[in-house]
Amino acid sequence: MSEPKFTENSVPVLALGYRFQWEPAQDCYVLLYPEGMVKLNPAASEILKRIIEKKQTVGELITELKIAFDGADLDDDVYQFLEEAHDNDWIRAE
Amino acid sequence: MTTTGSEQSKAPGSIAGSLSMDDTSNIRQPLWLLAELTYACPLQCPYCSNPMDFANIKSELTTQEWIEVFKEARAMGATQLGLSGGEPLVRPDIIELITEARNLGFYTNLITSGIGLTAEKAKAFKEAGLDHIQVSFQASSEDLNNLIAGTDAFQHKIEMAKAVKAAGYPMVLCFVTHRQNIDKIDEILDLAINLDADYVELATTQYYGWAMHNRDQLLPLKEQLVRAEAIAHEYQEKQKGNMKIYYVVPDYYEVRPKACMNGWGNVFLTITPDGTALPCHAARELPGMELPNVRDTSISDIWNGSNDFNRFRGFEWMKEPCRSCDEKEKDFGGCRCQAYMLTGDPAVADPVCDKSPHHHLIEEAIAKGREEAAKTEEAAKPLVFRNPKNSKEICGL
Repeated sequence: MSEPKFTENSVPVLALGYRFQWEPAQDCYVLLYPEGMVKLNPAASEILKRIIEKKQTVGELITELKIAFDGADLDDDVYQFLEEAHDNDWIRAE
Repeated sequence: MTTTGSEQSKAPGSIAGSLSMDDTSNIRQPLWLLAELTYACPLQCPYCSNPMDFANIKSELTTQEWIEVFKEARAMGATQLGLSGGEPLVRPDIIELITEARNLGFYTNLITSGIGLTAEKAKAFKEAGLDHIQVSFQASSEDLNNLIAGTDAFQHKIEMAKAVKAAGYPMVLCFVTHRQNIDKIDEILDLAINLDADYVELATTQYYGWAMHNRDQLLPLKEQLVRAEAIAHEYQEKQKGNMKIYYVVPDYYEVRPKACMNGWGNVFLTITPDGTALPCHAARELPGMELPNVRDTSISDIWNGSNDFNRFRGFEWMKEPCRSCDEKEKDFGGCRCQAYMLTGDPAVADPVCDKSPHHHLIEEAIAKGREEAAKTEEAAKPLVFRNPKNSKEICGL
C-alpha cells in the first residue's frame, strides 16, 4: 500500500483532460479522457459528481454524501475510491 | 489500464493504431468514431496507414455531411471522436466541426502532425470545445524526423507541442517507431520529458497501407525491440505519476494476435474522407467489401445491417484453428486485414498466431527485414514516401 494521497483537508479535483458526463446510451455516468472512456458505477458517480460541482475538501464531501444518503457510514468507501481514482490518474489532490 | 467495475477504451492515433477495450457487455455500439476528414497531408510518412490509392479518392464529405455523421454516431452511443486524416487541419471547416462535435457531447480528439497548427488556433480550438490534441513526431532529432516525414517539420512540432500545453490541454505525443528510429527511444523519451508531456505513446508501426509497402525497411530487428522495450519500461517506472507512457507491442514478434479493433464491428467505426464506412481504417482493401457510404445509407443501417459490418462479427465465419480455439473470445482470430494481406484470405487466422498454418509468413517477413537491414546504404531499398505522385504511380491511377 502506498502513502495515502487524501486526508480530510485535501481537495480532490479532476485531472487535466478528463470529462465527467451522463451517457444516455450507456445509462450511466462516464469519465472521458484522451481516446478512452470509463463507465462509472453509481457510487463512483455520486462522489465524482460532487467533485465536479464545486471545489471542496474530502471532509465536506463526506458530510454532503452523508446528508444525501441518510447518514450512512461511508468514510472508508470514499477514501478507498479516492485513492483508486488517484492511482488511475482520474483525479489529483490539491 | 484496467479499472474496477468499469470499462475502458484506448485507441491510439491515426497513424498505426490498434484498439483495445475491456468490454464486459455484449452490446454492440460504435463507441469510437474515427473521422478521416481528408487524405490531404503536408507530410509523406512512409509508414502511413492510409490506403496506397488515396490519391484516387477525391470527393470529400462536406461540412454538413460530416455534422450529420457526428449526429448519427452520437445518437448510437459514440463518445470518442477522432478527427484524423491525412492531416485534419487541412480542412478549412475544422473549427466548425470541432464546435458541432463538442456540442453533441463527443470527447473530441484532434490527431495531427502539428503542421498547420498555430498557438492561436490551439487556443481557438480550445474555446470551441476541443478536448485533446495529439501531436505526432517521426523521431527525436531534427534530421531523422525530417527525413522520415519528408519535410522540415521538427522545430514547428516542438513549438506546437508547447503551444498545446500552454493552451490548457494535456500534452499527448505520439511517436511511431520502426527500424530507423527505434534505437533512439531514450532520446525520444527524453525529448518528451523536456517538453513536459503528459502522455507519450510509443506506437510500433503496424503494417498496413504504406507501411506494408515499406515493411522490409521498417520492421525492427528482434534485438532492437528487446532493448527498446527494456528502456520503455525503465522510463515508465521512473515517470510514474508524472508522464504516462504507452508502449504498443509490435505484433510481428508476438505468438498470439492482437484483438484487432476489439472485434470486427464491435466498438469501432471509421468514416473515410469520401464517406465510406469501415469497421477499421484498413478494411477498404479487403476483397468482397460492399463499402457502404454515409451519403446514401444511415449509419445505423450500416452498423447494424450491412454485410460489411456483419461479415466478421461473432465466431461463425471462423476457420480452424480459430473456430475451436479457446482463445477466440480474447483475440477474435486477430486482424482480418493482416490475414488477407499475408495469405490472400481474410477469414483465416491472423498469421501472427503461432497456431496458424501461415505463421511462417511472419517469420519470413522478419528474416527479409533482417536481410534488408544488413545491406549497405547503396544496396538498400529506398523508402517509398506517401505522396500523391507515388500513389498514382504504384496504383496505376
